[in-house]
Amino acid sequence: MVLVDGRVARRRAERRKRVTLVGVLGEVLITGGVLVLLFLGWQVWLNDIVVGGQQENQAVEQSKTWERGEAVAPAPVDRPDPGDPIIMASAPQDDVQFANLIVPRFGDGWTRPILGGIAVNGALADGIGHYPDTALPGEIGNFALAGHRTGWGAPLADIGNLTVGDSIYIETEEGWYRYVFRTFAYVMPTGVDVLEAVPENPGLAPTDRIITLTSCNPKLTAAERIIAYGVYDTWYPRAGGPPPELSPLIQAMAG
Amino acid sequence: MYGALWRVLPGPAWLRALIMVVLAAALLTALVLWVFPWVNETFFAPQDVTVEGQ
Repeated sequence: MVLVDGRVARRRAERRKRVTLVGVLGEVLITGGVLVLLFLGWQVWLNDIVVGGQQENQAVEQSKTWERGEAVAPAPVDRPDPGDPIIMASAPQDDVQFANLIVPRFGDGWTRPILGGIAVNGALADGIGHYPDTALPGEIGNFALAGHRTGWGAPLADIGNLTVGDSIYIETEEGWYRYVFRTFAYVMPTGVDVLEAVPENPGLAPTDRIITLTSCNPKLTAAERIIAYGVYDTWYPRAGGPPPELSPLIQAMAG
Repeated sequence: MYGALWRVLPGPAWLRALIMVVLAAALLTALVLWVFPWVNETFFAPQDVTVEGQ
């Protein structure tokens, strides 16, 4: 009798477990919610890690071809004045890598490719974009760059962490140009003044070498632009070896 | 839905659980490799990071 009762109870339980419309609907909704959360996690976090890693590899590969196979020890801290920097001969081509951006503040071994132009599906999808017709690395005037702060590898995700005096290196075939971060500015998306040869002073003839990074602000939105200004300090010709500060990056590249 | 899947799967409980984990992993891989990139490109406009005239 007890056994039979147990079987009946089990059969009843199974019947209760059977599919109901509300039950299926609930499971579908929960699944949908989980999928949306997964997508958001992928979009703002996982994909940036993956794409950022690809951009970093691209920058490292390019750097190795510039090395021409010669491994050079870092330049001595105490070195003779390298003189005026060599400027690349021709303007960069659209969507073609011509330099690397290296910012130790963004992490040991952090490097990203710089490409010509600011096409959303070109340069900005593959790394940092260079505003056409602005100065070239080391040139007198304003070397102006743009990069994503979230998404598309988020090369400038940490732009807000820059601190006065931080090094911003531009690596080209000629060597490394060191700029020093000075200050932020926050402008509306139409604030093209920041790209002037003397930033925010249209018409003035430039005498200094400036670097300008633009990205979106606040983070995760595009309502405003964050601007990071730096000034040229010195340069390291390739034959003399990379800046001592970049030893962690050089070691990471060799490993 | 998931209950039905559990009942359809063959074998003892540990095997069913293993199959479900494998299925979930396959689904996740497909999402990350193909579905999420497609959704991103189709429904999300790239954020502007440049300054330009109106």
